[in-house]
Amino acid sequence: MAAAPERRIPDGEQTGQAADPVFANTMATPETPRISLVTTAQKTPSWTRNLFTLDVGFHGLMLGAALTVLAVVGLILSELLQSSSLAWHQFGFHFFGASAWDPVAGDFGALPFIFGTIVSSLLALVIAVPLALSVAVFVTEMCPKPLRKPISFATELLAAIPSVIYGLWAMFILVPLLRVHVAPPLMKYLGWTGLFSGPMYGYSMLAAGTVMAIMIIPIISSITREVLAVVPQHQREAALALGATRWEMIRLGVLKNARAGIIGAIILGLGRALGETIAVTLVIGNTPQIAKSLLAPGYTMASVIANEFNEATDSLYVSALIEIGLALFLVTVIVNILAQLLVWTATRGAPARSNA
Amino acid sequence: MPSRFLQFRRRFADYLATFVAAGLSIFVVGVLIAIFAYLVIKGAGSVNWAFLTHTPKPVGEIGGGMANAIVGSAMILGMASLIGIPFGIGAGIYLAEYGRNRLGSLIRFTADVLNGVPSIVIGLVAFSLVVRRQGHFSAFAGAVALAIMMVPTVARTTEEMLLLVPQTVREAAFGLGIPQWRTTISITLATARAGILTGIMLAFARIAGETAPLMFTALGNQFWSFSANQPIAALPLQIYTYALSPYEDWIRQAWAGALVLVILIVSTIAVVRFLFGRSVLREAS
Repeated sequence: MAAAPERRIPDGEQTGQAADPVFANTMATPETPRISLVTTAQKTPSWTRNLFTLDVGFHGLMLGAALTVLAVVGLILSELLQSSSLAWHQFGFHFFGASAWDPVAGDFGALPFIFGTIVSSLLALVIAVPLALSVAVFVTEMCPKPLRKPISFATELLAAIPSVIYGLWAMFILVPLLRVHVAPPLMKYLGWTGLFSGPMYGYSMLAAGTVMAIMIIPIISSITREVLAVVPQHQREAALALGATRWEMIRLGVLKNARAGIIGAIILGLGRALGETIAVTLVIGNTPQIAKSLLAPGYTMASVIANEFNEATDSLYVSALIEIGLALFLVTVIVNILAQLLVWTATRGAPARSNA
Repeated sequence: MPSRFLQFRRRFADYLATFVAAGLSIFVVGVLIAIFAYLVIKGAGSVNWAFLTHTPKPVGEIGGGMANAIVGSAMILGMASLIGIPFGIGAGIYLAEYGRNRLGSLIRFTADVLNGVPSIVIGLVAFSLVVRRQGHFSAFAGAVALAIMMVPTVARTTEEMLLLVPQTVREAAFGLGIPQWRTTISITLATARAGILTGIMLAFARIAGETAPLMFTALGNQFWSFSANQPIAALPLQIYTYALSPYEDWIRQAWAGALVLVILIVSTIAVVRFLFGRSVLREAS
C-alpha cells in the first residue's frame, strides 16, 4: 500500500480502540475513518496500482470460491449438529445402542440401521473386491492390448449409471433371480452357518449387498488400476528375469508393492457403499431388525432417512433422523480420510484421483 | 520328481490365475451388458411421443408421460450448474495457481472429503439450509443440493487441468507484462478449457442421476411447474416413485424414464469422449 492510506490506518484503529465498548456503533457510522481510507485509495489511481489491486482482487475472489468448500463442509457439520441436538439431549449415546424405533411413542434407537448399514456394506465388499481386483489386474497386467480399452470403458460406464436405475434393475431382475436361483442352493449347502436360513422373500440384505457390490466395482477397480500403474516397471522385469511366471510376477512384484493403495481403494469403495441410498432402499426390505440371516430383510441408515424424513412430523422424530444422518456423515468422512491417506501414500504424493 | 511337480504347479497356478481374472472380468462386463439390455428391452417400448410430451395421468388412468419431470430435471440441473460451476472453477483456479501452501492442501483435502459425503446427507443439509428457512420445498433447494455435489468434482478437475498447462506458458505471459489475473483467465484457463469442460460435463452427468438429494428439496410434482420457488418434478425422483408404486403402468413408465435418463447421461459422456478422447470417465463415479 502507498503512503497516503498508511497515514490513515492507525487513525482508524485508534478510534476503534478508543470507542471499544461501542465498537459496533463506530463501525456502522458512515463518518468513520475506515470509509475515508477507501476513498483516499481510490483518489490516487496509477495504472500500476490498478493492476496490483486487480491482481489482489482476483486472488481474493478465487480464494473466496475455494473457501466455500471449507464453508460448505462446516455448514454441513453445524446444520446437522444443530438439527439433531434434540435427539442428542433426549437419548445421548444410548441412541446408537438402542434398537427400538417407535415414532408414535417417541422412542428411537439407531442400532438396527447401523447394523444394516455395516452388514450390507461388508457384504458388498466381499462380493465386489474379488471382482474389482480381477478386473484391475486383468486390464493392467494380463489382457491383450486391444481388449484393454473396451473393458475399462465398460467398468467406467458402470459407474455412470445412476443409483435409481440400479435400484429399478435390482427390484425387477436381481431380486427374482436371487430368490429363485441363488437363495435355494445357498440355503441347502450353507444353511448350517445360520447366515442363509429362513424364508427368502427376495427383498433382503443379500440383494442390497449384491446391487451395492455392482455399484462399487468401478470405484475400486479404477483406483486399483491407478495404483498398479505406479508400480515401477522394473519390479515386473526383475521378477520375470528371476524366472517367475506371470502370476508370480503379479503376486510378488505388483500386488505386494501396491498393497497400501489397494486397501485404500477398497476403503474408498466402503465409503461409497456406506452412504448408498436409493438402490439399497428399493431392495433391502426396509425392516428395522437385527437378523443373523442374510436372506432376511434389513434397513440401513441412509434408507431410513430416505423413507421416513418426509413423513416425520414431530420434531423429535426429525431430529432422530438427522442424528442418523450426522452419524453417517462422520463415519463416511473418517473412512474417506483413511482411504485418501492410504491411496496418497501409495501414489507418493500424486493427487489421489489424478488422471492426468 | 519334485522339481517337475513344482514346475507344473507353478504353471498351473499361472493358468488358473489368468483364467479366473479373465473370467471375472468377463462377468463384470456381462453384468453391464445385462443391465443395458434390460433397460432397452423394458424401456424402449414405452418411450414414445406421449411419454415425452405429457404429464402424469391420475392414478388408475393408463398413459401419460414424464414431460414435466424431464423439464424439471433440466431446470434443476441448469440452476445447479449456474451455482456450482463458478464456485468449482474458482476453487480450482485457487488450488492450481495460488494453492501451493497449507491452506491449499487443506482445501484440496476438504474437497476430496466433500466428494465422499453421501448424497442423502447433502439432501438433509439442503433441507435445513433452504427448505426450512424458506418454509416450503422448491426447485431452488434441489439445485443448491446438486450444486454442492458439483463443486468438489469441478474444482479438482479444473485444478488438475490447469496444472497440466506448462509453467513456461505462464512465464511467457508474465514476460510480456500481462498481470497474473489476466494470464490466468486469458491464457492458462483458455489453454486448459477442453479438460475443464470435460470435468464440468462429467460432474453434470454425475448429478443428473441423483435422486437422494432431491427427495427433501425438490420433492417432486405431478404437474407442470416452471417456478424456482415451487416443488418440481425431476426424472430420477419420478422413476423412484413409480418403481415403488403397485401400478403396472407406472412401473412400465419407470423403465421408460430410466432409459431416457441413461441415454442422457451416456450421451453426455460419449460427447466428452468423442470431443476430448481422454479417459476421465471415472470422475463421474
